[in-house]
Amino acid sequence: MILNVICIVLVVLGIVFFVGGAVGIVRFPDFYTRMHAAGKGDTMSVFMVLIGLAVYQLSDFNLANLLIAGKIFFITIFIMWASPTSTHALIKAGLEEGQEVWTRKEKTDTEDTP
Amino acid sequence: MHRLCIFLLLFGIWIIFSGQFDAFHLALGLISTALVTAISSEFFFADRSREAGARIQEIIRLPWYLAWMLYQILLSNLHILKLALSPGDMPEVQPRLVRIKTGLKTDFAKWFLANSITLTPGTITIDIEGDELLIHSISEVTTTGVEDDAMERKIASIFERGND
Amino acid sequence: MENFFVFAGIAIFALMLPILYRIIIGPTAIDRIVAVNVIGTKTTVLLVIIGMIFERVGMFVDFALTYALLNFIGSLAAARYFDRVNPAKRFTQSEIKEQEL
Repeated sequence: MILNVICIVLVVLGIVFFVGGAVGIVRFPDFYTRMHAAGKGDTMSVFMVLIGLAVYQLSDFNLANLLIAGKIFFITIFIMWASPTSTHALIKAGLEEGQEVWTRKEKTDTEDTP
Repeated sequence: MHRLCIFLLLFGIWIIFSGQFDAFHLALGLISTALVTAISSEFFFADRSREAGARIQEIIRLPWYLAWMLYQILLSNLHILKLALSPGDMPEVQPRLVRIKTGLKTDFAKWFLANSITLTPGTITIDIEGDELLIHSISEVTTTGVEDDAMERKIASIFERGND
Repeated sequence: MENFFVFAGIAIFALMLPILYRIIIGPTAIDRIVAVNVIGTKTTVLLVIIGMIFERVGMFVDFALTYALLNFIGSLAAARYFDRVNPAKRFTQSEIKEQEL
């Protein structure tokens, strides 16, 4: 029972982080900032959802379920290791292709000029 | 020695993934693991300059760093959530490219630093050229955060203690 | 508990739709590659949740693992391929230095 509650809390928190990543990908202004949302919004949310599911799997404890929980944990570790790597690869490809770095216009300039 | 490590690692992964403990599947696992070890053992653990004792000390020191890293990942996700849901045209988003120098020497430590920078709030490593890292930083605060070398000292204390 | 997993799956699926917008609209090709990569990560999680709903986790976890591996290799291959398509447009180091100033 307590495991169910832990599972629900972790999955809901993970989905909240997924919302951050998805909204960031739609709203951020250029490729590099979108890459921030894509690369980071995924790690913690995947970690939380999958750990929550692994905990739920352990509520009926036997060897087969332990192996399944181990596999889910392995997926988590793999995604947390692969996500920064693919982020490097993609953002470097974007830089070499010549994507512009979006910078904010200085607000003080516009305020000073009458 | 390193071949034995790779063999045991791969065999452990095989056991977890197959989930069958009869003689047939274990024999299949032994054959395929030995094959993979024979073909590709030269690619893993390319740096064999350290003693086994030093490696074990590194492995003992690593979990504390990983726990701190997990906390940093949580912070960076909260940071992205806050930025993404901030109203209007997101005044905190002021991206720029930064270059920092690192004093780390081995390739593995540099790789570790690059991945750590990617996972901490607001910064992504784009490229490593020699001892310079090209970093994209999303806001003013994180730009100043990446320029002090607290994380680099942490990594140096794990991998390069007494190695200078 | 089953209902909860159904709703979690629907929520994750609903979160793929805004990213689908980025795939369709996305100004450049690399934006689309990134969006596909993100959807792939979400699909990995969704596969495990589907396994929970149908109570066949042992089977679906293998699918999820394979999907995660393929997604990672696919995005790496896309990044490599993308590198070589546009060799003429490569940033030189001096251009990057200028942008910093």
